Amino acid sequence: MMADGTAETARPDSGYNFAYLDEQTKRMIRRAILKALAIPGHQVPFGSREMPLPYGWGTGGIQVTASVLGPDDRLKVIDQGADDTTNAVNIRRFFARTANVATTERTQEASLIQTRHRIPETQLQEGQILVYQVPIPEPLRWLEPRESETRKMHALSEYGIMHVRLYEDIAQWGRIANSYDYPVQVNGRYIARPSPIPKFDNPKMDMNPAIQLFGAGREKRIYAIPPYTKVKSLDFEDHPFDVETWDEPCALCSARNSYLDEIVTDDRGTRMFVCSDSDYCGQRRDAGHRGHQAPPAGLLGQTGGKENR
Amino acid sequence: MYVAVKGGEQAIEASLRLLDAERRGDPEVPELSLEQIKQQMTLAVDRVMSEGALFDRELAALAIKQARGDLIEAIFLLRAYRTTLPRLAVSAPLDTSRMTLKRRISAIFKDVPGGQVLGPTFDYSHRLLDFSLAELARDETPIEEELPPAEPLPDTMPRLVDILNQDGLIEQDFPDDTQRPVGDLTREPLPLPAGRDIRLQNLARGDEGFLLALGYSSQRGYGHVHPFAGEIRHGYVAVEIVPEELGFAVEIGEVDVTECHMVTQFTGSAEAPPQFTNGYGLTYGQGERKAMAMALVDRSLRAEELGEETTSPAQDQEFVLSHSDNVEASGFLQHLKLPHYVDFQSELALVRRLREEHDKARTKDRDQQDAAE
Repeated sequence: MMADGTAETARPDSGYNFAYLDEQTKRMIRRAILKALAIPGHQVPFGSREMPLPYGWGTGGIQVTASVLGPDDRLKVIDQGADDTTNAVNIRRFFARTANVATTERTQEASLIQTRHRIPETQLQEGQILVYQVPIPEPLRWLEPRESETRKMHALSEYGIMHVRLYEDIAQWGRIANSYDYPVQVNGRYIARPSPIPKFDNPKMDMNPAIQLFGAGREKRIYAIPPYTKVKSLDFEDHPFDVETWDEPCALCSARNSYLDEIVTDDRGTRMFVCSDSDYCGQRRDAGHRGHQAPPAGLLGQTGGKENR
Repeated sequence: MYVAVKGGEQAIEASLRLLDAERRGDPEVPELSLEQIKQQMTLAVDRVMSEGALFDRELAALAIKQARGDLIEAIFLLRAYRTTLPRLAVSAPLDTSRMTLKRRISAIFKDVPGGQVLGPTFDYSHRLLDFSLAELARDETPIEEELPPAEPLPDTMPRLVDILNQDGLIEQDFPDDTQRPVGDLTREPLPLPAGRDIRLQNLARGDEGFLLALGYSSQRGYGHVHPFAGEIRHGYVAVEIVPEELGFAVEIGEVDVTECHMVTQFTGSAEAPPQFTNGYGLTYGQGERKAMAMALVDRSLRAEELGEETTSPAQDQEFVLSHSDNVEASGFLQHLKLPHYVDFQSELALVRRLREEHDKARTKDRDQQDAAE
């Protein structure tokens, strides 16, 4: 995190402060982040501002990013694992416009990664920050709609209702029917919502060397997982947590260990499976891995991560 | 061959250019000026200022123009601008009894000191399309000059609630706590349960349609309070601040507002004698429908404080306050347009697996049935 007051260099053509938010607001958000890091998994209310992007489109993540971003950072933004999805492009454009920071698509080169719905396949390192955009921060919300109640339940670690819910799934379908936004327990205490990432990504949260920050703008909450913190996906001894698997490898890079998107390629139901993490897939192809449907080299244009200044 | 269903920067730029073209429409038709919007779309400007929580006709008109007349989008534009403004001072409470009135009515007394002043209102208009308006450039004599001269209204007109207050028949409008500064939702997250200051701020910023429906639901029996329109007034009121170095109030300008007091009978409790209670509504400009709906919902939300049973949505603080903001609601609802294919993929995998198991179970059942027969 950068020191206060070093970032008063708004671009000449912009009437806004570095990274849009004023320094007082950033300070307020940083305080909330520090508190969140001190109580892993606990949702800290903060004075979320009205942003020039719509609520539900990443305003929480954007505010967290804006508050911890410094001029020397290198920013990566992904949505659904990909750098070139419209919303990721739009958020990167926002920071290029208001903060003029360097951006990258390479996971290992980014000091700050803002994400929606995925954790990159490439293992994160110490010193990196992963910022999640969170629509609904409260893991108990579908079970209890009232904030006044769920706050009490967290305070008392009264999580029986969640275990009952998971058990009911097993009783009805023989398995836990949560495929994404699968609840986790952070550091043995708070149950938290991993934002809607597929449960495939849940194990990556555990003992991750990077700082994981979660921003929910509309709901005005920030929570965090400090580096090397235990994050356990809820399960039962006789129904242990497991993740999605695919019968085939990525059609482009032949990866067998990455999360695959299913792409419908014609109106007769033909499908292909490719990595959702576009940077990971591209880097593998650059390294010479080829899937069974990979186009001849060069035809897909530049594959690996790009850097922009 | 893999064709990515993803948009890039160029697609966004092109989309923005198309949006500009759609906003402008046929270039043969003269462009709308902000002055025209300010003068002739006043109620749209009023609504955008109220829910955008910023008193600035010029910017509200600009937002309406930019938003192509989509008022919720215009409110969003104004809010996003407002959030960047510095807070220079907190004004003293508006004194609406010292209002330059354009309109003032009370439904609870036949006549009131200062009189009933109808002013400009749709209320007694016949809703017949006026085809003469379809033609431009009619006789341009200012309409106001055609009106018979009216007696000038007095500078101060006591508010109905103040008159009822003299007999102690209605509760007094005092802040819960004069020591505590008034809350501000735009700086601090919504606390629950929320004090009346925060609730009123929330409702004042809240969506007119949402409040209208909630107020209506309370009239139809979902948390019935039987309200009377004690007073509705619309006009200009001075905004004053008390600069620390001066120590007395200085007028910094005036705003036009609509204020509504809804009066509701209250049978009393162990502590309070039977008296009338108050629901309060306030909007910028002439926003009568919103001010009245707001007053109904404000009164409904006081159910708990007044020891009434809370059974209905309009009485439920958490329900009302969490869902009243149309900028929040519109953003979150429309975020469903963002790609969700990663989550959908995991749902797809799960549903396929459940279907397989379902089929297997059914085949097994059928085999067993066949065997039994």
